[in-house]
Amino acid sequence: MKRIGIDVGGTNTDAVLIDGSHVVASIKMPTTDDVMSGVVNSIASVLESDPALHRPVDAVMIGTTHFTNAVVERARMERPAVMRIAMPSGASLPPLVDWPDDLRAAIDPLVEMVEGGHEYDGRPLMPMNHAEIREAAMRIRDAGITVIAITALFSPLTDECEREAADILREIIPDARITLSSTIGRIGLLERENVATLNAALQGLGHHTVDSFSRALRAAGVHAPFYITQNDGTVALAAVAAENPVYSFASGPTNSMRGAAFLSKLDDGMVVDVGGTTSDIGCLVGGFPRQANNVVKVGGVRTLFRMPDLLPIGLGGGTIVDANTLKVGPRSVGYRLTQAALVFGGSTLTATDIAVAAGIIEIGDRDRVRHLDRSLIDGVMANIRVLLEDNIDKMKTSAEPIQLIAAGGGAFLVPESLKGCSEVIRIPHAGVANALGAAMAQVSGEVDQVFSGLERDAALAEAEKIARARAVEAGAADDTLRVIEAEDIPIAYIPGKARRVRIRVIGDIDFDRSTSGDASRKAAE
Amino acid sequence: MTRVFEAEEIDPLAIGAWILGTGGGGSPYLAQLNLHELYKQGRRCHLMSPEELDDDDMVAVLSMMGAPLVGQERLVDATHLARSVRAMEEYLDKKFRAVMAVEIGGGNALSPFLAAALLDLPVVDADAMGRAYPEAQMTSFAIGGLKMYPLSMVDCRGIEGFVTRVPSWRWMERVSRAMCTEVGSTAATCKAPRTGAEVKQWGILHTVTQAVGIGRCVSAAQAQHRDPIEALLNHVGGKEIFRGKVTDVDRETTGGFLRGKALINAQVEDGQSPVELCFQNEWIVAFRDGQPLVSTPDLICVLDSVLGEAIGTETIRYGQRVAVVVIPAPEILRSTQGLEYVGPRAFGYDMDYKSVFTA
Repeated sequence: MKRIGIDVGGTNTDAVLIDGSHVVASIKMPTTDDVMSGVVNSIASVLESDPALHRPVDAVMIGTTHFTNAVVERARMERPAVMRIAMPSGASLPPLVDWPDDLRAAIDPLVEMVEGGHEYDGRPLMPMNHAEIREAAMRIRDAGITVIAITALFSPLTDECEREAADILREIIPDARITLSSTIGRIGLLERENVATLNAALQGLGHHTVDSFSRALRAAGVHAPFYITQNDGTVALAAVAAENPVYSFASGPTNSMRGAAFLSKLDDGMVVDVGGTTSDIGCLVGGFPRQANNVVKVGGVRTLFRMPDLLPIGLGGGTIVDANTLKVGPRSVGYRLTQAALVFGGSTLTATDIAVAAGIIEIGDRDRVRHLDRSLIDGVMANIRVLLEDNIDKMKTSAEPIQLIAAGGGAFLVPESLKGCSEVIRIPHAGVANALGAAMAQVSGEVDQVFSGLERDAALAEAEKIARARAVEAGAADDTLRVIEAEDIPIAYIPGKARRVRIRVIGDIDFDRSTSGDASRKAAE
Repeated sequence: MTRVFEAEEIDPLAIGAWILGTGGGGSPYLAQLNLHELYKQGRRCHLMSPEELDDDDMVAVLSMMGAPLVGQERLVDATHLARSVRAMEEYLDKKFRAVMAVEIGGGNALSPFLAAALLDLPVVDADAMGRAYPEAQMTSFAIGGLKMYPLSMVDCRGIEGFVTRVPSWRWMERVSRAMCTEVGSTAATCKAPRTGAEVKQWGILHTVTQAVGIGRCVSAAQAQHRDPIEALLNHVGGKEIFRGKVTDVDRETTGGFLRGKALINAQVEDGQSPVELCFQNEWIVAFRDGQPLVSTPDLICVLDSVLGEAIGTETIRYGQRVAVVVIPAPEILRSTQGLEYVGPRAFGYDMDYKSVFTA
């Protein structure tokens, strides 16, 4: 099974070619302004060193920061309509109320608030008013808007109102692309609505990006099906991923953690991914990143959905060091490392310079840091150690020592041993762990929903059914699916058997189903 | 004195209220958003010194009641709080002079402001807890033996209800809780009205000013990269009893309350035993080596030792660096009568209250 994994970051585009679990080739090159030529070049580069070129590639997995960048840059988003079905509750806090002004202005949504939604126990808050929704739909149509986010009160408990409203909207706007908040978010109306709105605004970009990648692959002579990596460390068929761009928000660090798990052959432990500007610390549980259970801000917008639990710290290869106070960061020279750092002939003292002076890595011209004082070097290395130890400890869930995997281009900054860690594991190809994480990904389906009025077993079974269906839709082979996470919590303060069930299933890619336009691959097998 | 409550005071009030919530009281975030929206629309609240109340003035005591989870979906709306006040006026056939909070700790610190912004009534600089507590009878008004009825309740659909007569504060808690559950576990309530004389005698005074002051002092220290804990201690005359790292958290939900304990160890091994913090929605007692260090009604606040932000009993977790800070409790809570309602025994701890502030 041959796969190419590509990670398109803001600074670098990394690519790896793997055959089975063997890394055939890897490359790291600067991300190009047009993004796509970087992708074409990186694919060409890894294929060049493929000794088995006659066998075509089976799949390409791409991780991209495109969608997060669009939100951060307030650019390339489409004007959505945002329909909230919760009136008369919540009237004083309309959609997007807590967004940064510039982002709200950038997407300028058409907001419709209508009656309906449910209570925590499944009773309707108010009967849904179909005529009201029809009128709203006509206003949306007249404004020429085709992307719509629908959020109903307590929809993670029952999505009935959202589905009915979507049907009415489709009657009036046949080409509408609709995001239902219940498919993405959790309890927490504003945060769920925020995610649904971002998703709707990004769908156009999602399709555009997927089309561009598709063209880039063809230009590179690759005709395999391709997938986009997701926040949870799995992939979805590109066409499915284009519908849900928010699921790709955190795929960079997630891929890095998955790659680290793959390279270290470790399923549980801590990963520190040291980049140029910052490091991300995360936990691996069963080979996947631990999920955050709290509000995560994206571009200043509060969101609550499945994102990896990451602790970013201001430590990277380009982190600026103060020679007087020995203070490390948090400022960084970032992508200017190869001009600004002392070892590259620049004039800024960086963490990389200290590491070169300490003799733990050879980069640039070591002579340029020979003048650095031993006490300065030792002092800064000690500060880096404390910074790592403190933050790793914050991410632990118990006092037990853990195994730490050092990943990323700046992994050399991680000392050989750290307090609270039973060992520090170094991995080969650490610089392209993210592309590797993409290449080896599987497909998942998940559900995080409140079920009420069902016995526990029935609720779990229903949840698993939904999760499996979602995995198959995303491209998984049904017969390979297994449950990797199942959790259920009865909800406090609420009578009537309400329980929140969270189930995640994972399985292999169904290649039979996804081989569109790839007759040659079959022939070669 | 009655003065305009400025827009710049909203965030400090929310920060201070969250700290005075002593681990509970619910997040002020949505109420804070609402108040900002009302101010953007040109509404303004006025803050009134309790001393300015005439003895026979009527004061409305407000809170949002219900389950926090429901509050995350059915978002708080000033209209319903305002309506609960008007409904009570209609029932009593009397006009209120002002509104006030039942608890200054947590989101309900902002409830009277939301109503006031729509009603053109001032907010009295006072509450009935000086902190947060989980139940209706844990107020200075209950301690003072004041009348516990009537209560008005309003939900977003225009459902309005009254509890017109009950024999005790505990019955008020039970009956109003049942009504609240029926309308979806969230409702605006106007509690038993108070006279100006009652507020002045039994209310806990100047707590809005105290909360804003705490919020400002912590924010200023953060902005100037000073130690926010030290700034807070100086500001409130508090005591830091421990600084360390959370090494274990054990929670369970029983009888509608979040109970449990958190263990805090010294960050650097110094031979000191860990501190065990027990909670029931709020922080209640702290022990070391089985001996109580501090207990309710003293205000036990757990703060992020770097940022100075309050950490709630729902969100405390392993690895956090925290400072355990004690703020003096209002005198009424420390009285013999007060301790019956809010002392350690009221929470099932068989021990006497001893303030950390009496040597």
